[in-house]
Order: sequence, then structure tokens, then C-alpha cells
Amino acid sequence: EEWWDMYKIVKKKSLNPTVSFMEIDAPFIAKKAEPGQFIILRVDENGERIPLTIADFDREKGTVTIIYQIVGATTKKLDSLNEGDSLQDFVGPLGVPSHTEGLKRVAVIGGGVGCAIAYPIAKKLHQSNAVVHSVVGFRTKDLVILEDEFAAVSDELIIKTDDGTYGTKGLVTDALKQLIERGEQYDEVIAIGPLVMMKFVARLTKEYGIKTTVSMNPIMIDGTGMCGGCRLTVGGETKFACVDGPDFDGHLVDFDEAMERSSMYRDFEKHHYEAACHLFDKA
Amino acid sequence: MPNMSLHKNPMPVQEPDVRNRNFNEVALGYTEEQAVDEAERCLNCKHKPCVSGCPVAIDIPAFIQKVKEKDFEAAYEVLNRSTSLPAVCGRVCPQETQCECKCVRGIKGEPVAIGRLERFVADYHMAHNTKDAQIPKPNGHKVAVIGAGPSGLTCAGDLAKLGYAVTVFEALHLAGGVLVYGIPQFRLPKEIVRKEIENLKAIGVKIETNMVIGKVLSIDELFENGYEAVFIGSGAGLPRFMKIPGENLKGVYSANEFLTRVNLMKAYQQGSNTPIQNARKVAVVGGGNVAMDAARCAKRLGAETVYIVYRRSEAEMPARLEEVEHAKEEGIIFKVLTNPTEITGDEHKFVNGMRCVKMELGEPDASGRRSPVEKKGSDFTLDVDCVIMSIGTSPNPLIRNTTKGLDTNRHGCIITEEETGLTSREGVYAGGDAVTGAATVILAMGAGKKAAQSIDEYIKNK
Ligand SMILES: Cc1cc2nc3c(=O)[nH]c(=O)nc-3n(C[C@H](O)[C@H](O)[C@H](O)COP(=O)(O)OP(=O)(O)OC[C@H]3O[C@@H](n4cnc5c(N)ncnc54)[C@H](O)[C@@H]3O)c2cc1C
Ligand SMILES: Cc1cc2nc3c(=O)[nH]c(=O)nc-3n(C[C@H](O)[C@H](O)[C@H](O)COP(=O)(O)OP(=O)(O)OC[C@H]3O[C@@H](n4cnc5c(N)ncnc54)[C@H](O)[C@@H]3O)c2cc1C
Ligand code: SF4
Ligand code: SF4
Ligand code: FES
Repeated sequence: EEWWDMYKIVKKKSLNPTVSFMEIDAPFIAKKAEPGQFIILRVDENGERIPLTIADFDREKGTVTIIYQIVGATTKKLDSLNEGDSLQDFVGPLGVPSHTEGLKRVAVIGGGVGCAIAYPIAKKLHQSNAVVHSVVGFRTKDLVILEDEFAAVSDELIIKTDDGTYGTKGLVTDALKQLIERGEQYDEVIAIGPLVMMKFVARLTKEYGIKTTVSMNPIMIDGTGMCGGCRLTVGGETKFACVDGPDFDGHLVDFDEAMERSSMYRDFEKHHYEAACHLFDKA
Repeated sequence: MPNMSLHKNPMPVQEPDVRNRNFNEVALGYTEEQAVDEAERCLNCKHKPCVSGCPVAIDIPAFIQKVKEKDFEAAYEVLNRSTSLPAVCGRVCPQETQCECKCVRGIKGEPVAIGRLERFVADYHMAHNTKDAQIPKPNGHKVAVIGAGPSGLTCAGDLAKLGYAVTVFEALHLAGGVLVYGIPQFRLPKEIVRKEIENLKAIGVKIETNMVIGKVLSIDELFENGYEAVFIGSGAGLPRFMKIPGENLKGVYSANEFLTRVNLMKAYQQGSNTPIQNARKVAVVGGGNVAMDAARCAKRLGAETVYIVYRRSEAEMPARLEEVEHAKEEGIIFKVLTNPTEITGDEHKFVNGMRCVKMELGEPDASGRRSPVEKKGSDFTLDVDCVIMSIGTSPNPLIRNTTKGLDTNRHGCIITEEETGLTSREGVYAGGDAVTGAATVILAMGAGKKAAQSIDEYIKNK
């Protein structure tokens, strides 16, 4: 048999002004991928390695879908590629698949681009006949993504925006609290989004004693447990998110530490983002 | 008449105050004249004591004889019979404890500079060779190798020479293992590793990067795909931490992360997309080669002060003497008999200091090593803004967790038969750091070599 050696972009579309969708030719990864796992890619020869969640996969077609938000230099460069172009490197599936077995009633909470990570889990739960209540939050109407997809796999879908331009105004925690107060019983809450959001969801569910899983996204390099850069404190122990996670018990994660660590290279990144923007403006 | 000088020809090097500001190779290599002069020091001993010190049993007097005769390509042929990475070993082997420590010239004076000669010959070959590699006749059998470090590459090269169709699966985007992500450019230029790997590809070895075995394919699936044997050379890449307070502050790295950012991701070059901290004062905790490399990289990245903090005394340091000396010349400050107890941070959680205690060596323990004990009331703070933990690594659990019936010991090292490299699974062999824990390039190569022989026998007799 021959090996493929190109990670070709077979489909690309823009989901909102800052979030795009790409389907990549990666048959070996597609064969093994499970919800909750991620890939690491490099756009070009001198590129940085960045992790992105496997948002979907098609085992027959041999493709893997990623949904990414343009936040910095690498995601900007990624977004400059088009259908037919190829990525330099694409490795996975990494991390432990999300645990969904035996769950019957679940609230899935997604924030911003975190919805891309939450969606395949909601889909898998739905396929295994669980009752799924999805609460997805965005800053404003223009940023809403995957609405139809979530609607198709949820028994109830609540959309929140910070400014009230779509769905109802407010935070995802407000909606979750209402669901719980309404008497909904959940086996588990799965929350994926910005660290602050996950922190407050976990704080809320702790009050009600509902098991909560969060998906952590620290800075990573190798994604194989070799560098320790992705380490987190979970229940007082050091864990490597790339091999022990990315899913962890939300009640045990030290979110404050994780938030501090994620800002380690803020100045460097800002500089490179500006440089990348500058480069594209000229082009 | 042999050259009876008691001293080795010194290695030309970049001046310390120049080299500690660049990433170019420190040691510049012998000229032809120096090489021949050094080769003349070899007595061509009949019983070849030096060979017994070399884990891959290079015929040392034979290759040195060819250097004397200025037939450098013939010298290369001798090396090539025993090692597939001579340019690498000539540079990074701990020769002083291997081949050179057995050399009779070392009884009185310095031993023959075997490593430097090996490097010279390999470099000469790289610069002058124009012959195309001979592709061996295929024997119709397929073997899979996991990990493109020195053990995996050696095993792959030896099997390819026997006609096997070998595929190496490597997790990272670049082949070379520690040679590309760990050992820095100034000790082992990446160009050299790249060329050695090109040589392997030229004889038909396939290298598939971005393949994390255990995730994308399991060992069982490799067999299902028609590979008749598997060699595991996945190294010992899992970093250890000290478990002291403050280890997750911003500015605390494992040596692997720091070196990977610098070497693999080229953070030292202008325009690299991978960030690295602009540290001013760095403490590297540990006393091995890895610690020396991290310290010397930190210095080259522009740190004003770099400390090596080690809990035993200099005599116990596992690093090669040459590396320790180079580090000192470059201005690295050694704080021995010192142990960190806590890393402190500022209000933004960036490192701003490291609490340490002084140690003294106590009575020898069961292993005969004198273990360090704390000196009461001796604690003090080192003013640093970056801490690099270099206290060891262990084998990555990925493969053992995904391979049924693969036995490992309590350190997570794969258990193999000493003589053959065979694991507890039929057709599965292993070697290098994955079996021994962190060791050396040449031991890893030796293990890869041995396993290649065993695999050949296994497949032939199947
Ligand atoms: C397991 C995991 C899954 C992820 N899944 C998705 C996803 O599906 N969609 C998505 O849009 N984003 C996802 N992310 C985040 C994504 O990796 C970052 O947005 C991306 O790396 C930013 O790179 P940049 O160069 O464009 O931005 P930069 O300007 O370099 O960084 C912007 C921010 O991104 C984060 N970041 C930077 N480099 C890395 C890195 N090497 N690893 C991790 N985070 C980094 C930092 O918090 C940083 O402050 C995921 C992260 C992890 C760890
Ligand atoms: C900084 C540093 C400096 C050193 N200096 C010296 C020195 O001067 N002299 C010396 O002799 N030794 C030195 N060593 C030690 C030496 O480099 C190692 O002993 C040697 O590289 C081990 O070789 P290996 O083939 O067993 O493993 P490695 O070189 O570790 O290679 C293993 C490879 O396997 C890959 N891999 C791991 N898991 C998987 C998987 N699941 N699927 C696919 N691929 C996988 C890894 O990415 C890696 O490329 C040093 C080590 C370090 C870290
Ligand atoms: S490979 Fe290493 S031990 Fe063997 S001869 Fe060369 S330098 Fe010496
Ligand atoms: S022991 Fe020394 S002198 Fe004798 S053959 Fe070996 S290298 Fe030459
Ligand atoms: S990313 Fe390197 S250990 Fe997790």
C-alpha cells in the first residue's frame, strides 16, 4: 500500500467572521478518531505546533474536521490556506476520548469556539440515545456557530449572547442554573469553553453536587507527554493535559493556575500576530 | 615510528566568549594534518583493548590505520561496518568512559583521541562522498520500527542493508529523536543528523513522521498490516518534576520543553513562531548532560546569569567532563551541594526566585553513593526569573498502555531479553532508552543493532 503524505484541505468554509471550518484528508486519523480527541498541526515548514480539537470525522471518506478561531499568528496563517492546499503536518488522534458511556441525561455547555469541541460529544451522546440539553453562549449574534448542528442533536437547545443580540441575554451559567432549578436531573454536565466559563460552571454544579467534566486547553508543543508544558494541577496532582486529558473533573481543576499559565507568552504572541497581519496586508 | 606525544592533538574550538553568544558548533574538528598526526599515536595493538570499550565494537585500530594512510574513505568503510551514525557518535559519545578509557596510551598520558578521529572521518566522507548509495536487494519481508531516535534508526539501517522493507514511525514532525529535539545545535549540528538520515532513506528506509504509535496505529495493527516484526525505540521522554511548591509558575520549564522550544522549534532563530521566555537569570536544576545543554542554551539566548544547581558535589555529576568544562568556560555558575525547596513568584505568577538549602554528603548508602543530607538553617534564595528542571526522564507510557502483553518493570521500562532485545511479545523487540531509561546514544545504537540481528534470525527461521 502507499502512504498518503499530504494533509490536503478538501473543504473550507467560514462559520463567522473569526471562526472557520476545514475538512482535512487524513485517513489514518479519521479511522481512529473519537470525540474529545485532538490533533496537532503545523501550517508550514517553520510553523508553530498548535492543537485543535477533532470537531468531526468521516471514517469512509478519510477526513477529519477542525473548527478554529482566528486568535493569533498561526490560526491566521492557517486561515490563509484554501481548498486544495495542504498542511505541513497533522498528527493525531491525541488525548483520551471523552467518556460518554452510560450517560443518560447530560447538559452540554459550550462557550464560543468551545462549541466546536462540545458538538461532537453532544452528537455522540445523542446517537447513544441520551437526553441532551445544550446551552451555548457567544459574545454577540455574529459569532454564533453550529446552531443547526446543535439543534439536530439536542433535546433542548438554549442560546445565550452577552449582549442579547441573539437567543437570550446573559451567561451560560444563568441558563444552566435555571435548568437545574427547574428540576432537571443530570448524570453529568460537560462544559467546554473559555477557562473562566468552565470555572464558573464548575463552581455552580459543585453547589448542586453534579459531576462535571471540563476540557482543558493549555499551551502544548509535542502532545505526546514529552515536554510537560501542558501541565495542570488537578486535585493537587500534576497532570499532563495532552496524555491524561484533555478532559478532567471540573471540581478538581485549579483554574486560576491554568489561567495564569495560558498567558505566559501573551506579549510574544501579540507581536507575532501583528507581524502576521502585517504580512497578509502587504500580500 | 608512532607519535609518542603524551597529549592528544587539542580540538580546535570557538573561543568561549564568542561561542556563548551563538549557536554554531563549539568544536571545529581536526584538519587533515591534525587527524593524521593523532592517528600516528595509535599503536595498532594486536589485542585491541579499545574495541572492548565500544558498545558497537568498531574496529578502532583498523580505521585509525586507514587515517594514517590518508585513505579516509577506506577508514569510513571500516566505521560503516559497525555504526550507522559515526558523525554523531564521534561528537557525543562519552568516549572517556568507553573506548578511550581502555586505550593503552591512556596508561601514561592521554589516550588516542578516538572520538575526534571518528568525527573527522565521518565529516570527511560527508564532504567528499559522491558515490550513490547501493540499494540492497529486497528480501520481501516488512519490519516496522517505532521511534526515529538513534536506536530505531540503527535498527532500521541494519535491517535495510539486509534487504528488509523497513518503515520507521515517528511521533514528531522530524526524525532524529533526542538528536534533533534535545541535543543542541552547538554540540551536534542538525545538518549532520539530517544527512545521516538522508543516507538511510537512500538505502530504502521509509520514515513516516507524525505517527504516534499507540494512538493512530497499535502494535497489533502493525502486524495486521503485514509487518512481520516490530522494534520499539521510543526513548525515555517523560520529564520528571521535583514536586516542590511553585513548580507550575510561569518561567518553570522541564529541560525537554526548554530544549524542544530551542532546538526542534528553532526558538533561537529570529522569526521563529515558537516563543521562549526572555529570561535574565536562570537556574538549571540537575547535573547531567541535559542540564549542561539547557544551561548553555539559556546563556546563548541572552541570559546574564545562569546557574547549575546540583544537590551532590561536582565529583558525582553525571555529565561528561568535557561538557562541564565547556559550560564553566562559557560563564555558567555552578552551585553544587545545593537543593531547591521552593520556587517563588511575583503577583503575576512569574518566577522571581528559588529557595534552596545547602547540602553535605553523608554516609554511603546501599548503592555505595554518598547521599546528600540537608544542612540545617542553611537556606537562602537565588534571584532568578526562570527555572529549568533537569532531574531525569522516564519512558513514555503510551506504548505500554496500548500494547497487551508487553511487560514493563516498575520504572516503566520495557523488559527485554539481554541477548536479543526480545520483549514478552513474540516478534516485538525493543531497545535504547525505552528499555534502559535515559542512557547514551551509542548504547541505544548498540541495542538497535542487536535487535536487527535478532529480527533477521527470527524472520528467517519463521
Ligand atoms: C487540546 C486543545 C484543543 C483545542 N481545540 C481548539 C479548537 O477546536 N478550536 C480552536 O479555535 N482552538 C482550539 N484550541 C486552542 C488553539 O490551540 C489556540 O487557539 C491556538 O494555538 C492559537 O494559536 P495562534 O498562534 O493563532 O495564537 P497565539 O497568538 O499564539 O495564541 C493565542 C492564545 O492561544 C493559546 N495558545 C497559543 N499557542 C498555543 C499552543 N501551542 N497550544 C495551545 N494553546 C496555545 C494561548 O492561550 C494564547 O494566549 C485548543 C487547544 C487545546 C490545547
Ligand atoms: C539534552 C540531552 C543531551 C544528551 N547528551 C548526550 C550525549 O552527549 N551523549 C550521549 O551519548 N547521550 C546523550 N543523551 C542521551 C541520548 O540522547 C539518548 O540516550 C538517546 O537519544 C536514546 O536513543 P533512543 O533511540 O532510545 O531514543 P530517543 O532518542 O529518545 O528517540 C525516541 C524517538 O521515538 C519517538 N517516539 C516516542 N514515542 C513514540 C510513539 N508512541 N510512536 C512513534 N514515535 C515515538 C520520539 O519522538 C523520539 O523521536 C542526551 C539526552 C538529552 C535529552
Ligand atoms: S562509537 Fe563511541 S565508543 Fe565506539 S569508538 Fe566511536 S566514540 Fe568510541
Ligand atoms: S588501545 Fe589505543 S593505541 Fe591501542 S589500538 Fe586501540 S586506540 Fe590504538
Ligand atoms: S504537550 Fe508536551 S507534554 Fe503535553
